[in-house]
Order: sequence, then structure tokens, then C-alpha cells
Amino acid sequence: MTTTRRVFGKSIGKTFTAVALAAASFGVTSAFAQETIKVGVLHSLSGTMAISETVLKDTILMEIEAINAKGGLLGKKLEPVVVDPASNWPLFAEKTRQLISKDKVAVIFGCWTSVSRKSVLPVVEELNGLLFYPVQYEGEELSKNVFYTGAAPNQQAIPAVEYLMSKDGGSAKRWVLLGTDYVYPRTTNKILRAFLKSKGVAEADIMEEYTPFGHSDYQSIIAKIKKFSAEGKKTAVVSTINGDSNVPFYKELGNQGLKATDVPVVAFSVGEEELRGVDTKPLVGHLAAWNYFQSLKNPTNDEFIKQWSAYAKAKGIAGHKDKALTNDPMEASVIGFQMWAQAVTKAKSTDTDKVIAAMAGQTYKAPSGIMSMMDAKNHHLHKSVFIGEIKADGQFNVVWKTPGPVKAQPWSPFIPENKGKPDEPVVAKK
Amino acid sequence: MKWLQGLLGGLFLAGVSAALALTPDQALRIAQGESDARIAALNEVVVAADPALAAYVQALLADEVKVAGGKALIVRDGKATDAATGASSPLPDGAEDVVNPNRVRRELESALAALKLFSPNRAERAKAVTELKDQADEGKLVLIEKAEKTETDAEIKAQLALLKAAVLISSADRTKRLAAAQLLADSDQPATKSLLIERVAAETDSEVKAALSKTLSTVAGRLAWGERFGVLFTGISLGSILLLAALGLAITYGLMGVINMAHGELIMIGAYATYLVQNLFKQWTPGAFDWYIVAAIPFSFVASALVGALMERTVIRWLYGRPLETLLATWGISLILMQSVRTLFGAQNVGVENPSWLSGGVQVLPNLVLPYNRLAILAFAALVLLGMALLIGKTRLGLFVRGVTQNRRMAACVGVNTARVDTYAFALGAGIAGLAGCALSQVGNVGPDLGQGYIVDSFMVVVLGGVGQIAGTVYAGLGLGVLNKLLEGWQGAVLAKIMVLAFIVIFIQKRPQGLFALKGRSAE
Repeated sequence: MTTTRRVFGKSIGKTFTAVALAAASFGVTSAFAQETIKVGVLHSLSGTMAISETVLKDTILMEIEAINAKGGLLGKKLEPVVVDPASNWPLFAEKTRQLISKDKVAVIFGCWTSVSRKSVLPVVEELNGLLFYPVQYEGEELSKNVFYTGAAPNQQAIPAVEYLMSKDGGSAKRWVLLGTDYVYPRTTNKILRAFLKSKGVAEADIMEEYTPFGHSDYQSIIAKIKKFSAEGKKTAVVSTINGDSNVPFYKELGNQGLKATDVPVVAFSVGEEELRGVDTKPLVGHLAAWNYFQSLKNPTNDEFIKQWSAYAKAKGIAGHKDKALTNDPMEASVIGFQMWAQAVTKAKSTDTDKVIAAMAGQTYKAPSGIMSMMDAKNHHLHKSVFIGEIKADGQFNVVWKTPGPVKAQPWSPFIPENKGKPDEPVVAKK
Repeated sequence: MKWLQGLLGGLFLAGVSAALALTPDQALRIAQGESDARIAALNEVVVAADPALAAYVQALLADEVKVAGGKALIVRDGKATDAATGASSPLPDGAEDVVNPNRVRRELESALAALKLFSPNRAERAKAVTELKDQADEGKLVLIEKAEKTETDAEIKAQLALLKAAVLISSADRTKRLAAAQLLADSDQPATKSLLIERVAAETDSEVKAALSKTLSTVAGRLAWGERFGVLFTGISLGSILLLAALGLAITYGLMGVINMAHGELIMIGAYATYLVQNLFKQWTPGAFDWYIVAAIPFSFVASALVGALMERTVIRWLYGRPLETLLATWGISLILMQSVRTLFGAQNVGVENPSWLSGGVQVLPNLVLPYNRLAILAFAALVLLGMALLIGKTRLGLFVRGVTQNRRMAACVGVNTARVDTYAFALGAGIAGLAGCALSQVGNVGPDLGQGYIVDSFMVVVLGGVGQIAGTVYAGLGLGVLNKLLEGWQGAVLAKIMVLAFIVIFIQKRPQGLFALKGRSAE
């Protein structure tokens, strides 16, 4: 009992210090409000998406600290304003309004799920704010006020499916499209369905399944996949499950003994972080498609991992202080942040329109090993695509990659209505 | 390594000469290059059934092979040996890991299984046959035929014949296809079903096609049972979870009449208690980590029971007979509990690991695996139910609880300390919620809002079963579980949830007293 109490006491103490520190830093900085550039951080720190988003908040804080250590931007220090929208989509819009109107932030780094981005979008457009969105998504959107540093479907989903169709990927002929029930999986699966059909896959060979957010009982889904795979040729599963549902999903997958050599599962929202705490030995060989993996070997990535583990250790970030993991959205956050900082320096201002103009064509040496470039027009990055297989230690073996960076197609050519849409944001004339 | 020696012996018995040793060049070609070339190299060596290959393939599968200086090396504990010759060699700096994508690994696994077909150990041969069940291809045909000739065990021999049929079914020879189609009717493997579906579509000869279709319907019929049992099991498993979550509420709400909105949070506290015990075990007795769950069971009960007793003593006892106020007060308590947990442990989910004996599952039928953690929860729910039934039905405390809930004033008149009985009963209900939390930590995520996901379900089960009826709770829990899973199989998880809710709303409209109504004088 005593030990328990001590643990309790310790964490209470820690929390209080953290709160006190935060309060102190806000107090001090707000006294010199004129001297700083405010940076909004809008990631869920609680609720079903906290498993994925919390670490992105820490990534941005790390980058801010690093820039401040070098003297800040335009001679001013950066000041983070962290809010918790708690995986609650309408709250994302409210917090955005608060960040832009009340806190007067110059830029917001935030969102993971597309439903949260869709909820934020009208607010940043109305108030002419600036949002950097660091996660792969379904495309079908191009706003002047948003920079998308994650992958568009042609930079993740389509190459992954193409790989599974190839001989090396197992020549899959039948497809299970499995996702959480919201806009990203639905739209991605719509695009994939059209893509598969264009490759000659019959309607009967595609099964689509959705589960609610936070779903935790995947028994019947796995049973269905097993049944479906016994009804014809080689089957593959494309998973767009988001958030903490992935843990019970992969646990059940392992327990039911569905091996990657029989039915491979490729996931678009599962990285090193989501697999923490899951026994990955039964999952060896299941796949993920990303534009970055921690296991990539290049000097920039080594440097990035070193910086992150040092930061995690210094700040005592739960989990990471003992076992630092990096992942694709973290890398995308870093690229977005660095490009924003470069654009601010180039524009010599934090004014939204000037920064947007300066963002076009920005480059940054990314941890994925390429020179990452912001497209001159379409607000998306040119990215390399990697496909990795889960290893027994929770890391990924890269088994396939594109020869070079791929330009994003936010308007997927596989959706007929997209024909003729311009590859740049259209601003309504006032 | 013992099996390897056995394998060697087996090979000699089988009259296969081991003269064709694995050459360094072959070892290298298996380890590097395009997948196609690697697989071709592997198949080339496999036919020779060289025992050195088995050791090498195992090392490849364990990610222990590196390539350096044009040689394939097996690296164990920092020591490198040449894959082909077995001579130890220094590990060069630039050694590259061999990456095996799924396709290559699949081939490696089936090669290994094919080699094991010659093991003198019967169990090992039987296992190899099962492993090969969906990976038999022409490359293995020679080995399978060879094994079939020497096999003495009738059961394995029959399995080998099936394996051979699975390969021969795509043979160019019509009579062979026909024979294979008829033979495969004995198979009970899902892989056979998909193979047959493929062949039926591709077959041109009408007689063979008819035989294939007949075999397909036999195999599919056999597999359908596995699917039906599967649905039933998942339903009962979900039902057992619902039952566990609702049992505590069956006492606090069912028997005592307290609309306890903090019930979900009591479950959550049980789950966090499990997490704490896990951490203590991890820190102090890592050797006994697999048994932390046994210690966590009483601990989670006590933790939630204490919180429950505290709630009852401080708040709820002032509100008996005022349902609206109780509802609001307990809802407030639930918010306080959630926020306290957030402050203490952070807003993120905490990781509760399954002990190794709760990971994996038991294969009952070829297409039905029952996961151990689900089975354990099923048994646990039955035990908790039994314990609770005995406590309420057979003990003095249970007698008092029943007496007080049926007629408080009469119970007080005959000398029962009703206030104390209330506290005990509430603490018992809370403790059982804690046990539910302990069980839930093994299948789901543990976070501050874990309870929110179960509060609605728990009330649904108790109300549907009939308030005050523990037997009703059992039927309602299992019934809802099976219903939910049936609907999920038919319409998907999202619609199934809606349909279950709609069903309950309609049911309660028609029958407000629930499945089982109290009869006689105790009914008010």
C-alpha cells in the first residue's frame, strides 16, 4: 500500500509542478506579450485520439524550444499556446476561434482526424488564420489557409494498394476496406474502390466495414475477414482504423492467429507510437504505408531521433523517456514547423498572406532522407512513399519505396467529380 | 537443436542422401536479390532436403542472417558463423541485415515445414502437415510425395494425400484433377474452400467441374459450422463482458434503487487498480509478471469497494428515496472521479499488458480460434456471478441486504443496522464493478473515460433484465451480446449498435418492467 501511495504522491507532485510551471511561464510571458510570436498547438491531449496526437504537441514544443535557443524568429521569441480539444470535434472549432481571436496566434499546428480539420476549416478561413496539418488524409480539400504536410491519397493509400497487388506484395485479389466511421476512411475507401475497379477488381471482391470511434470489440470483424478470405483468392485488408481502437484490433488479430503471410493488413494510421504496448510478435509482417519510418537509416533521421530522445528524457515525457519513438506525423509536424519558420524569415513578417506567399517552394532536409519541398501551388509536400512490415520489436522493415518524391494530388483522379478542378486553392472573390 | 538431429536421422531413414550440401553460393542467393530469384534459389535447394538448409531457414526466419563480403552469415549473440560451412568467421562492419518480406517469409516457412515432414517425431510431422495446409505448391510436390511414401501413420498419410490433392487439382492431367477433386471432399480447411472456388471458376471440363462443385459444397457445409459457433462464441463473450459490467449495477441500482451514474467510473477505478498492480509487479517481481492479474483481482475489488463505501457514506445515504437528486449527485461524482484520475495518471490511455498465458488462442476448428483472454473473462464472469449469488442467497449479509431492500422499516424493527447494511451492499456493488474493470483491462483500452463506454450498456442490461432481478441481468447480458453480434455480422458494427438501442427502446415501451418482473408483495 505504501508504495502505491508513494506513486500517487509522486505523480500528484509532478502534476502540480507542471501546472505551476505552466502557470508561471504563461504569467511571465504574457507580461512581455509584445515581444513574442504566439504559436497555437491544437492537438487532442485526452479522449480516443490522445494516443496519436499527444506526441505531436510535444514535437512542436521541442521545435519551439530549439528555435528559441537559437534566438527565435525575427528577433522575437516564440511562445506556445497549448489547448486541449479533447477528441471532441466541435470543440476544435471553438478552440481555434479562441486561439486566433483571443490569443492572436500567428499560426496553428494541429488536428489529426479529418473530421476535426473539417470543423476547424471554416474558422481559419473566416478569420484568415494559418493551419499546418501534419497527418495523411483523404484529399478532396484545398484551402488557402491550410498547409497539408501529411500525405494525400496518391502519396500513401494508392501506392500501398498497388504494392499489395504486385507479386512481391502477395498478389492480392480480394480486398477488405476496414475503417473507423468518419470522413477520412469513407472518402479514402471511395477512392480506393474506384481505383480497384479501374484495375479490374469485381464489386463482389471488395468488402467495406466500419466501426464507431473507440470501438473495442473486434471479434466479429476478424471472424468476417477470415470468412471473406476463405471465399476466394488471396485477400488483403486495408485498415483506416484511427485512434485507440487500433490496440484492441491488433490484439484480437494476434490472438485469433490471422497471420500476415495469409491475410496481410496494411494500415494508414498505425505507426510506431500506436503499436507501443501491443505485443507485436504475432503481428510480424503486417504492413503500414507512410512517408517516414523511425527505422530509416540516414544522418538527418539519426539526428532527429537523437534530438527527440534527449528532449523526451529532459521533459520526462511518459513512455518516450524510456523508449523514444518517432513516427511519420511527427516528421510531418517538424517539416511543417521548419518551413513555416523559414517562410516567416523570408517574408520578414508573420502576416498570414505574406507567409502563405513565402511558403511556396520552401525546402527542408527531411528525416525521411529526401529534400522535402512544398509545392509551388497546391499547399502539399512532395513526398517519398515507404511501405514497411512490422518487426517483432515494433519497428518497421522498409520493403518497398518510390524511386523519388511524388507530387500530391489533393483532388483524386479516381473521383469523377474532380475532373477539371484547379491544382491550387481557389479564393472566392469578395 | 534436438529436432535437427532427429531430422538428420529421419532423412537417412528416408534414404535421402545428404551429399548435396548447401553451397555458400546458394545460401547467398537465398539471402539477397529480388524476391523471385531468392524464392527460386530456395526451391532449388529444398528439393534436395538438405538438413543444413533447415537450420539456415530457421535463422533467416529469426532475422539472424546478415550478408557481408559476398557471404551469408548467421549471427547469434554477436558471433557470426558461415551459413553454408558452419565455420565461425569475424563479423565485418558493413554487414547488412537480410530483410524478408511477407512473400519470402511465406516461402521460408513452407520450406521449413516441408523439411519437417521427414522428422521421426510424429507430433512434429503432424504439425508440419498443418502448417503446409495452405502453402502446398508444385515446388513441394516432390517432397510431399516422398513423405507420403515413407509415412507410416495413417492419419498423417491421409493429410498428406489431401496436400497432394491440393497441388494436383491444378494439374494438366484431367484424371488427376478429377481424383483430386473427389479426394478433397475430406478436407476441413478454409484454404481448401478458397482453392476450390478458384478452381471451379477456372475449370473447363464439365465432369471435373461438377466434381469440384460437389466437393465445394461439402467443404463449405463443414466450415459453416465453425462460422456459426464463432458467432455464438463472440456473442457470448460480449455478453459476458456486458454481464460483468452490469452485475455491480444490478446490486446498486437493481436491489438498492440508487441510480448510480458513477458506476462506469467504479469500473474504471478497477481497471486502473489493475494497472497499478501490473506496474508494481513489473518493478519488484518481473519474474512473476505473468501472475500479476491474480493479485490484481482482489486489489481492484477492494479499491472500487472503498471508493463505493466512501460515496455511500458521504453522499448517497442522504439521498435515499430521491432518485433525481441521486442521479445528479452521482453524475457529479463520476465527473470528479474522472478528473481525479486524469490528474493522477494523465489523460492518455495507460498500457495494461496481457500476461503471456492470456495471449493467443486455442484452435477448436480449422476456422475457429477461441482467444484465451475471452475464455478467461467468460470463466471469470461465471465465477463472479456464482460468488455474488452465494453471497446474496446464502450468507447472513445477503439475508440482511434482501431484508432491507424488501422492507426497510421491518428490517430495522427486528434489529438490523440498516445504514450499515446499505453501506456494505453499495460497497459490494462497487467492488464487483471493480472486478469488471480488472477484466475489461485485458480486452480494451484503459483510460479515464473507460467507464463512459459501459454506463449506458450497464443500465440497458439491468433495465432490460428487470430491475431487482439478478437472473434477469444474466439473461439480458448474454442475450444482448448474442443479438449484437448477430446484427454486427449482418449489418456492421455501426448499424448494429443503433438497432440494439432501438430494440431496447421498443421493448421497454411494451414491457416497462423488463424481461422478468417481480411478482407478489415485494413488487411496488
